[in-house]
Amino acid sequence: MSTMSTTATREIQYRQAINEAIRQEMTRDETVIIMGEEIAGGAGREDQGIVDAWGGPFRTTVGLIQEFGNQRVLDTPLSEAAFVGAAIGAASTGMRTIAELMFVDFVGVCMDQLLNNAAKMRYMFGGQVKVPFTLLTRIGAGFGSAAQHSESYYSIFSHIPGLKGVVPSDPYTAKGLLTAAIRDDDPVVYFEHKGLYGNTGPVPEEPYELPLGKARTVREGTDITLVGISRMTWVCTAAAEELAKEGINAEVVDLLSISPIDYDHVIDSVRRTHRLVVVDEDTPICSMASEICAAVAQEAFDYLDAPPSRVTAPHTPVPYSRPLENLYVPNEARVIKTVQNLFARG
Amino acid sequence: MDLNRETLLRLYTTMSTIRNFEERGIPETGQRAMSASVHSSAGQEAVPTGICAHLTDDDYIGSTHRGHGHCIAKGVDPKTMMAELFGRSTGNNKGKGGSMHIADMSKGMLGTNGVVAASVPLAVGAGLTSKLKNLGRVAVAFFGDGGANQGVLHESMNLASVWKLPVIFCCENNGYAESTPVEYALSTANVSDRAAGYDMPGINVDGMDVFAVYDAAGQAVARARAGEGPSLLECRTYRFYGHTVFDNPLSYRTKEEEDHWRARDPLKLFREAVLPLGEITQEELDQIDQEAAQLMEDAIKFADESPLPNQEEIYDDVYVSYPTELLKRGTNMEI
Repeated sequence: MSTMSTTATREIQYRQAINEAIRQEMTRDETVIIMGEEIAGGAGREDQGIVDAWGGPFRTTVGLIQEFGNQRVLDTPLSEAAFVGAAIGAASTGMRTIAELMFVDFVGVCMDQLLNNAAKMRYMFGGQVKVPFTLLTRIGAGFGSAAQHSESYYSIFSHIPGLKGVVPSDPYTAKGLLTAAIRDDDPVVYFEHKGLYGNTGPVPEEPYELPLGKARTVREGTDITLVGISRMTWVCTAAAEELAKEGINAEVVDLLSISPIDYDHVIDSVRRTHRLVVVDEDTPICSMASEICAAVAQEAFDYLDAPPSRVTAPHTPVPYSRPLENLYVPNEARVIKTVQNLFARG
Repeated sequence: MDLNRETLLRLYTTMSTIRNFEERGIPETGQRAMSASVHSSAGQEAVPTGICAHLTDDDYIGSTHRGHGHCIAKGVDPKTMMAELFGRSTGNNKGKGGSMHIADMSKGMLGTNGVVAASVPLAVGAGLTSKLKNLGRVAVAFFGDGGANQGVLHESMNLASVWKLPVIFCCENNGYAESTPVEYALSTANVSDRAAGYDMPGINVDGMDVFAVYDAAGQAVARARAGEGPSLLECRTYRFYGHTVFDNPLSYRTKEEEDHWRARDPLKLFREAVLPLGEITQEELDQIDQEAAQLMEDAIKFADESPLPNQEEIYDDVYVSYPTELLKRGTNMEI
């Protein structure tokens, strides 16, 4: 599925895989630029020996400014509407741009640029422009950061025609999907999960692309399909290990893209397992989970032995207090219980 | 300075309470709630203190992510604030919001806010309420030098000016938007220079000097109360710590710079200005500091002894009215 060759592979972190993809694409293509808040940090103080003070709020962009300079690695004022819009404008006029939105919750500030410009320009202009623009942003609850820094709003973006979106779940997919997103000629929203940055995994040193819009199976099984999105993929695999002890052999599909959605991959799996649970950290209404369940109900109805089911966050903002936040995020226990209930109905 | 003794003691008490809250509450929160999203305003005490001294509980303020000082200056109880930081059900927001969302509508405190400059239009709206209902109240919109570059601030200043609303736009310019120096991010020398574009007074004061803030705020509040419209008040200040507890500010600023501003600690400047006048003694100020420190021990004890929210409370207050069943339908939530 990838274009990787026989290059050296080593273990690196999710955050390092992101960094490497950006670095390699900026090396390969001099029209690639990146902008955002604190992506280097301490901006404008080179004469004091201050360069790259932060290397990004989560250190995903560390080292870029030393390598590519402050004309291609652009720290911005706290002006998301302006710099996200400018990244879209630059992308439509000959640059290949990456903008970083610190948390997806902040998209409210710049949503118009994504909704009404990035997503629609090509269509409205009759195909005259391409918008090779990647928005890097962050999702994920569980860090005591309350409702304006913790949401997982990827479903909103999948609802908007004209935008693509990816949800990498490990270092390998982080690099391959980001490389593909940057090279893609359409606007792509790239969702990093805060809970995955320190995770390590094998990643080829050479650049490689994983195709946008393709899911992957991370655990093969015969009895039920668990679809995971971003970090929820690993909640699914942990649940699958427990379920195996009860004799339930779960297949786990890692969705990887929220637009385009790889319906065929999920449906092919469900046709073999006859059951489906989608595990989604986003809120439930008009969600990825509901979309996938609807597609399976519509296209694989005759194969189903149980209702397509969802394990999601509740229809509430993310609460601050730890006991409530722990309840909010889907966990293994909830997935296991849901699967057990589906089997208990016979 | 022609302030009476009572006002002087009140200003110092507010600053000392804020300082003690930050110095004690933030490390304790780190241990209890394991939250990274707590921002110390230590060093910036003179700004909310000097401004809110002109306000009553009926007036409004909108605040920022670095908002503990705004809350305390507006009269919010440090005990319930501490409980909120600890995620307890006795917190101002019942543990739902934490440091970045502390609100107390009974004190006109419209919330600290996790999105930069997002509370600014809320304060403008509160000013609109006051004008339409003829309440005689004013609203203060606090924002930082980072917030100065948000579009919503500019739209809000224009709107408040067009509608002649009783709003004070207060920029706490502490020199840094996270790690980004203000001179890199700001097109003008001062945030207050931008007032001209919105046809309102732009005032720039030393934000470490509570008396300078108090005097300037007095004029802006009086203008607002008189129905003459909004003002922009920029206070140059400094945060003594990093953006959050995880930030090492020496990665983007120098020790010399920190020492310069530490030497201009607003509590220290207060003592240097007031004690030579002989009306207030060092012992009195020391006593205020001790009482503020004890208040924090009491607040921590109160918060520690308070219950965490019940799990069912996750569904409370999403709406005024909505079927709870629909908040979890189809989600396979545990409760």
